[in-house]
This record gives sequence, C-alpha cells and structure tokens, in this order.
Amino acid sequence: AMATSAMVGQGEVLTGTTIMACTFDGGVVLGADSRTSSGNYVANKVADKITKVCDKVYLCRSGSAAHTQAVAGYANLYLNQHAIELGEKGVSVKSAATIVKEIAYTNKEWMNAGMIVAGWDKAQGGQVFAVPMGGTLMEVPFAVGGSGSIYINAFVDKNWRAGMTRDECKAFVRKAVSLAISRDGSSGGVIRTVTVDAAGQNKEMVPGDQVARYQDEHLPTLGSNAPIFT
Amino acid sequence: MPQLSDLIGSFVDDKICYDTGYQAPSQPATHTTQPIVTGSSVLGLKYKGGVILAADTLGSYGSLARFRDIRRITTVGKNILVGASGDYSDFQKIQELLEEVVAEDYCLDDGRTHTAKEIHSYLGRVLYGRRNKMDPLWNTLVIAGVENGNSFLGQVDLLGTQFEDDTLATGFGSHIARPLLRNAYNENLTEEEARKIVLDCMRVLFYRDARTIIKIQ
Repeated sequence: AMATSAMVGQGEVLTGTTIMACTFDGGVVLGADSRTSSGNYVANKVADKITKVCDKVYLCRSGSAAHTQAVAGYANLYLNQHAIELGEKGVSVKSAATIVKEIAYTNKEWMNAGMIVAGWDKAQGGQVFAVPMGGTLMEVPFAVGGSGSIYINAFVDKNWRAGMTRDECKAFVRKAVSLAISRDGSSGGVIRTVTVDAAGQNKEMVPGDQVARYQDEHLPTLGSNAPIFT
Repeated sequence: MPQLSDLIGSFVDDKICYDTGYQAPSQPATHTTQPIVTGSSVLGLKYKGGVILAADTLGSYGSLARFRDIRRITTVGKNILVGASGDYSDFQKIQELLEEVVAEDYCLDDGRTHTAKEIHSYLGRVLYGRRNKMDPLWNTLVIAGVENGNSFLGQVDLLGTQFEDDTLATGFGSHIARPLLRNAYNENLTEEEARKIVLDCMRVLFYRDARTIIKIQ
C-alpha cells in the first residue's frame, strides 16, 4: 500500500505472504507459508509468520515484517499485563484481537499490516478474527490474508465447512496454502501450521520438498527430461 | 567550532556526540488516509410514523468482496438507527463513540436520552472537527429515528456536511436510488409501502453498483 512500494527498492522487508486461519469443531488451525521477500530477493525462506501473542492465541502476519513484528511485540506486552490481572481466568481471544486492532487502527496512516488473530479460550472455544489493513475487526469462521490469499479465496469459500475434525482442518489449511504458494511468487518455502484447542497448542511444518505441487509444476520422472534433483 | 544549531537533534556523552536524527518538520502533520475496507450505499426513507433504512452486508477490500456478512446499520439506544457507508474501521470507531454517549445517558439517569436529532448534531460536529484536522472519519452516515410520532432522517459526511431530508441515499445510491426514492415519497406512506420502495431501489443498486451483494440488512 502506501509507503511500502516506495521503500521496497531501498530494501524494506515484506512478508509477501499467504496466511490463513480456520475454526474446526473444538479449536482453530492457523497456517502460513515461510517466504520473506525484499523486492525479488528471498530474504528468509524459513520465516515463521505465526507468532504467539499470549497463551493459546496466535497472530498471522502479512505486510511489512517490521510493522507486524512491532505489533506482535506490543500485543504480547499488553496481553501479558492483562493476563496478570485476570489470573486463572486467562485472556480471551477477543481481547487479544481487540488489542491488535487498536494498534492497527490508531496507526493506520503509515502501517502496512494485514493480520489474522486466532486461538482458543474456555468461554467461546476456537475463534478467528480478521484485522485487515485499516484496522477493522471482524470475527469470521475462517480467514485468508496476504498476497497469496487472492488465489485461494474461491477455493476456501467452496471447501470450508463447519464442524470439520482437527485432521480434516489441518489438511484443508495445508492444501489451501500449497495452492497459493503454487501461484504467488511472494509465497513459498515450507508450510507452517499451529493447531490450538482445549488440550493445548501444536506447531508443525511441512518441509519444502513435501509441499504439494500442481499441474505443470510436476517434475517429469522418465526419459531425457529427468530432473537433476527432485 | 560546532555551532549551537549543529547540536540540535544530538546529545553529547563524554567525548561521543550522538545524532538523534530529529529535524523540526517544515509542514504540519496531516493524516488524511484512504478508506480500506468499505461499505457501499445506505438508503433511508421516511413513512407515516416511522423511517426505514437499508444497506447491503458487504465490506469490500478494493474490488475484492472480502467480508460478506457485515452490519452497516447499528442501533443507538432504543429508537435511533445509524447507517454508514465508507471505511468500516472508522464506522467501528463511531460505534464506540456512540456507545460512550449511550453510557453517559444511562449514568446520568435523568429520564432523558439523546434524540435522533441530537445524535445527528453530535456526529456532525465530530466529523466536521476531524475534517478540520485533515484527519477525517471516512464515512457518510445516515441517522434515523422517531420522536413523539415524528420521523427524523438526516445525513452527515466525512467533510462535516450535515442536513435532513425525507429521502436519503449515500454513495452510488445518491445517484441511482435517491431520484427513485424522491419520486415514490409521499407523507402518507405505510411501512409496507416504504419497505417495498426501498427494496426495489436495493435491487436496482445490485444491478448497477459493482460493489454490492444480494444480501441486505
């Protein structure tokens, strides 16, 4: 958006990205690619764009790496203080999302951050909140974000359904992110997922060579076109 | 020999001079932003003893139909409606401000709550004040309510323009729907007739406005 395209030439680091989060029956699955680009250069091919902001609540980050890391840092600070006051009760996902929204909205003129807050709390179970650029706060059953999201909006609309199991949801997220990586030059690397439910939180990764490939991405296996490496 | 002016924006620690890089701005800060997540038209129509508002439930992100089930019309107290087109995050901020107004009424507990006309004035001053700071809330708002059987319908926009009328439409609706509403309006409309007229206008907007969806509130 605003300042960014002017600064990319000078090396501002962006998370040209695919991020998403989905509710399932009993929790949420967050997913993201791992490519951080600085112009056309891949500054980090194993980035972690899913950041913990408090116990059982995570933030998916897209846009400027600097801006979103700063937001995550401040959100973590305020939520730690909030958690101390609440004690055993635990911070709600909505509170965490509202803090993120306040930072994004108040600084809307110069910030370049599209974020998704998702997690689990005892009162409401798994929840996903979208905080797009500008600082709107929307609770949604699933959300996609980042430059790669445009390629999977329709796929996700068609294939998400309420009441999926944990494994179905994880497979769905991985499939969606792999499709986005397939088409978006700014997305790539590994597929990271975080699953949050009553039992706890589970961070996993699909290595780059195991990410699904589609159509003309497939490498031929026989004859003179055999690849040098797979 | 360093001049005092050289030292502005720096500080000295023992023998090391740090330059903080601060320079006094040559122009005052302006904040005029661009709307990001936006809502399209809001329609308003008075009828005998009431007023009806309509809006679709779409939050657009540029040309992307990003959020397809948002609420762009909110209630204030028991008998006032506020509808918004324009930036949705700024409308969420306005809703927070209106909550504060309602809470103040509740705490004063003096038997009076803000009327629709007073809310219209309040929002008009808020939006005009922000425009003068070159930091607008990027919305066009429709305020509607009923007092003692008299219907009220007013509009405020991001520039602070404030007025009342029997028919209102924001955004695309101001071009397409407002003439239709004006034609159909008379002061003896029933609620059923008014609803029919407004829904017909929403249908025309769905045909002709590229940033609408079929679902309305």
